[in-house]
This record gives sequence, structure tokens and C-alpha cells, in this order.
Amino acid sequence: MAQKTIEYTVGRNPEMGPDGLPAPSPLEPFDIPEPELDSEHMLINIGPQHPATHGVLRLVCELDGETVVDVTPHIGFLHSSFEKLGEYRTWNQIVPLTDRMDYLAPLIYNCAYVMGVEKLLGIEVTERCKIVRVILMELDRIFGHLLWLGTTAIDVGAFTPFLYTFQERERIYRLHEAYTGARITTSATRVGGMMADLPEGWIAQLEDFLDTFPRTLAEVHRLLTNNQILIGRTQGIGVISGEDAVNYGFTGPNLRASGVAYDVRKDNPYYDYETYDFEVPIGENGDCYDRYLVRMEEMNQSISLLRQAIARLPEGPINVEDPSVSLPSKTDCMSDMESMIHHFKLITEGITGPPGDCYFPVEASKGELGMYLVSDGGPKPVRWRVRPPSFVNISVISKLARGHLIADLIMINASLDIVLGEIDR
Amino acid sequence: MSDEKKSGLDAVDEGPVPSDGSGPQAAGAPADKNDHPSVAALFERYGDAIRHHEVNAGDQHVVHVDPARNVAILGWLRDDAAHRYDLLSDVTAVDYGGGRPLQVVYQLWSIPNRMGLRVKCLLPVDALEIDSVVPLWNSANWLEREVYDLFGITFRGHPDLRRILMPHDYAEGHPLRKDFPLRGRFSRAEQTRRALNQDVDRFYIAAERAVGREPQEVTLPSQTASGPDEGSESGA
Repeated sequence: MAQKTIEYTVGRNPEMGPDGLPAPSPLEPFDIPEPELDSEHMLINIGPQHPATHGVLRLVCELDGETVVDVTPHIGFLHSSFEKLGEYRTWNQIVPLTDRMDYLAPLIYNCAYVMGVEKLLGIEVTERCKIVRVILMELDRIFGHLLWLGTTAIDVGAFTPFLYTFQERERIYRLHEAYTGARITTSATRVGGMMADLPEGWIAQLEDFLDTFPRTLAEVHRLLTNNQILIGRTQGIGVISGEDAVNYGFTGPNLRASGVAYDVRKDNPYYDYETYDFEVPIGENGDCYDRYLVRMEEMNQSISLLRQAIARLPEGPINVEDPSVSLPSKTDCMSDMESMIHHFKLITEGITGPPGDCYFPVEASKGELGMYLVSDGGPKPVRWRVRPPSFVNISVISKLARGHLIADLIMINASLDIVLGEIDR
Repeated sequence: MSDEKKSGLDAVDEGPVPSDGSGPQAAGAPADKNDHPSVAALFERYGDAIRHHEVNAGDQHVVHVDPARNVAILGWLRDDAAHRYDLLSDVTAVDYGGGRPLQVVYQLWSIPNRMGLRVKCLLPVDALEIDSVVPLWNSANWLEREVYDLFGITFRGHPDLRRILMPHDYAEGHPLRKDFPLRGRFSRAEQTRRALNQDVDRFYIAAERAVGREPQEVTLPSQTASGPDEGSESGA
């Protein structure tokens, strides 16, 4: 019987150890007897109903013992044909479809969609609206990253961060609810503005969150970042080089972990992101651990962005003053004939604009989210296409997982930060 | 464009009316090719393959190229040192309906130069075939599968062209085509009948079914060492 020596190496980074030395493994190398089995490959089905797939994702793995030979992802279990439904709706009626795609960061999708429509129809929104949208998008970036953090920690066996992050998510849910009335299906945006202005006291509630959230984040940092189990499970796992990552279409934190500093907010800025002071964290090794570090730092940057945006939030109208785009106020509707006509025309016909097409990318929490809209001049789109970041990211999983253990496949899947509502659409 | 008013059961039956795409198809502003360095270079090098150039939504340049030469042109845009469109953001298609050609749309982004470009290929509805760009960008793999699934456009040379969002034995057609009804081609009864008659094997594609098909006897060391285990095994 052959003998196999198992040796654990933990920590590639000398700074990892508490005393500046390379962190040694707590386990001594040991020998295990290895039976000589000459076996065929196994076919293992994971999902679609499995908690470690983070949604209704089905992975069919070909295994040689415990080693992954190949993975075939199967998607489409949540397919609702949102893009087809969009062709049957006016521009504003599509907004509720968008937050059902990424239900982990719905406001980014609401904002990205109307930003695309406004670009296509040539509408310039007010300054207050722009900054409110920046606040909502950065808030939901934290919201999406927190879910990823909690569930990833669970996947490596750490239960406490899950409770911490979900407690913080609950506070963001309350902020959603205070503004939009809904916790997940926010539908907060309208073409040319928002459904309403921020309610009184909302900014104070947000500031309260910003004051206390960094403490929780620091605690999670302390629990996980130097944790030898996390390091052993993530360093050197699922490595992809920067060149490959671009070729495979990676965007967002996954791409930046491979050392490519591509962030739509910096490279193709919208809503004056170039005037905000923030850093784009990048990794070096492109493995699961760097993806973890990049997202942790992005949350810090989002906190800073939120503070800057609150500081420059101006007074003024939130909707554009254009009767062919924004609904008139209820008071005007009831007292002024012309406003009532505008209201009636907007509700029954919808907004129209020039024919043409438009691709509008924004930096969502998962990566580059592109809204491609095609109009023929009518009130409904000819084609509404969402460039889904998770869809492209998850397509790489078979390349990343090949040759790793099946337990690492779970970690790789977690590190990609996918949401199935948006993959399947 | 104008919705025909329906009432009563008719409205329930048919649901809302889609945009029929009866408006103008290529509608961008006439553009100066010198506004975009890559467009000017494309006209210079592949002038005979460029069918149309327009600017949409203010500053987005769109180039329509000959579908027979898409790989050559996109490969040149990716590799040429002055352009370097290394990120293929998106591959999608647009159907305007009414027998008009389908458009395959490539969204390119150059990370080094911070520039975007949209390239379109028009395919007549009776010849929906175009060369795959997977050899250039691996990101096109799933994106082209999605276009094949939802529009029925075949990508020649694609390594694994099967349906992706719809079930792989879906028989009703390609849902995002304008002639596809919102609620599917089959009746609810037919859809239910098909769902109930599914074979378990259909959940695995052919490549997966080939793995580990042959049953095989594996003798574990513990079994050879102790005899009495056999009795407990038959009982379990």
C-alpha cells in the first residue's frame, strides 16, 4: 500500500504571521495510507437545490477521486424572459423587472436601467437626482458585498461573520424600506428622476449606519483576514491571470483581483465619479483570497464615497422639469388642466424619444452591468438587453476549478459572487 | 407603434402588445468617421467591408460590417497596437421583425485606451449563420450560446453550441424573435404533457452521460481483510 504524505502549507505572504514570519501550519506533516484504486471517473451532480451553489445553479462535475476533472454549469432554472417581457412594456414599466434580476443589490439595477434610457432619450437629470443615485448605488454595493461575505464565510466554515453581516444587511433593508417602501423589490427610479425625494431623516439614518458599520467590518476583518483556515482554503485556489481574466470577460472585483485596474467608475465615468476621491483596490495573484481582499477594501471605499456624496447633496428638484418625461405633481393634476393632460398622456402613451440604440455600462457590485437599449422611436423598446456580469463570470468556473478538489470548487463558486436571478434573467 | 385597444377576454388572452419595431431601423445621426480613431482606421483598412457608420445616443459609434469578415475585422481590432479592444463586453442580437435582417451586436471596450466601439453584422433571416469569435475572446462562449438559444443564430466553429437558458430539448423555437408569441408556441396542455413525459437522462448532456457509465467492482482493502463484512452488506 502506497504511503502519501500530507503537508499543509498555509500563508504565502510573510506578513500573514503575527510576528512577521511566514505563518506555519498548525498541523504537522503526516502520512496516510493510500489505497491503490484504479477507478473510473465519477459524475457528481451538485444542485440545482444546494445551499453551496448560492442559488439554483446546477454543477455537473466529473471527478477523479476528489479531484475535479471537469465542471459543466447548467443554468436557466430561474429564466423568466425579462428581456422579452420588456418589449411589451413602456420605458417606465420595465423598472420593476430590473430589481428582480439582482435581488441582492436591486437599486444598482434600477439606477443603471434608467440611466441607459436617459442616455438614449437624451434626458439630463438634476444634480440632486444624480447624487441620490450615487448614494443608492454605493449603498447597494455594500449590500451586495455583505451577502457575498457572509455566505462565503459559511462556505469555509465560519458561521459568526454570517450573523454579523446579515445584521448589517438588515439595517440596509430598513433604509430601503424607509425610502421605497419595499425591502428587495425597490423599483425606486423613474426615467428622468426618482419615484420620490428622500424622506425626512433618511440621510441621518444612513449616517448612523455609516458611523457604526465600519466597526462591524473591522470585526469581520479580524475574524477572517488572518484566519489560517480561510487562508488555507483560498490562497492559490482558482487562480486566473490578468490576461486570461480579460479574455474570459471577467469584470468587477473578480477582474481586479487579477491585477487589472478596470473599473467603469474610473475608466468610463458617469455621474461625476471622476470628481470623487476613491481608490480602486487591485489584487496580485488572482486567486480566491485576493477576490476576498478586493471586496473587503471596496466596502471601505464605498463608505468613503457615501460620505462624500452626502456632503455634496444639494437641495432642489429631484425630477426633471419636463412635462413630456416627468409626471406633474398630484396637486397640479387636480387643479390645472394642462398638467392633467400631461399626466394622462404620460400614463397612457409613455415617453417617446428618438430612434437609435445605446449601451450604458455601470459598475455594479458583481462587475460591469451594461444596459443595451434599442428604440424605434416608439414608447416601448424594440430590444432591451442586459449585459449580466455574473453570467459571464460564472462561465469561467470550469476553467478555474479544473484540477482542484471538489471542496475548492465550492470556494471558487463562492468567490465569484454570483446571483442567479441575473444569470438566468 | 400605436397599440390597438383590446377589451374583455381578448385583452386577457393576448396580453399587452409588443413594440413591433415598425419604425426606422438604422437611425443614428450621420457621422464623421474621423471623430473616432478606430473607425477612421477601419475605413482605411477594411473600407470595402464596412456597410454603414452612425453615431447613436450622442457619442456611441456603431459600425456595420460584412458578416463574412467579422472574425478578421474583430481580430484586427483586438490585436492592432493602436486599438487593442481586449474586452468583449457583450455579444447580443436584435430582431426588428417583419422579415428584416437580424443584427448581431458586439460591444467592444479597450481597457488600455479607454474607448468603446459597437460592431454590428446584419444577417438575412434565411441565412442566420456567422463565424464564432470564441477563438478571439473566450467570453464569447456563453454569450454566443445565449444568442443561439434565444434568436436561433448559428455560430460556425463554436466549441459547444447548445441551448443555455432554455432546456436543451426545448422544441418551441427561439423566444426573443419577434414572431415568437409571449406565452410560447405550445398550449399549456402540451407544455404540461411534455414536462411530465421527461426522461431522467435528458438532465445530462451527451458528454456527461459518457462519464462513469460502466458499473465497476472496486475492492476496498478493508473488505478483503475481514470476511464477516459481506453478511452485513447484503443486509444493508
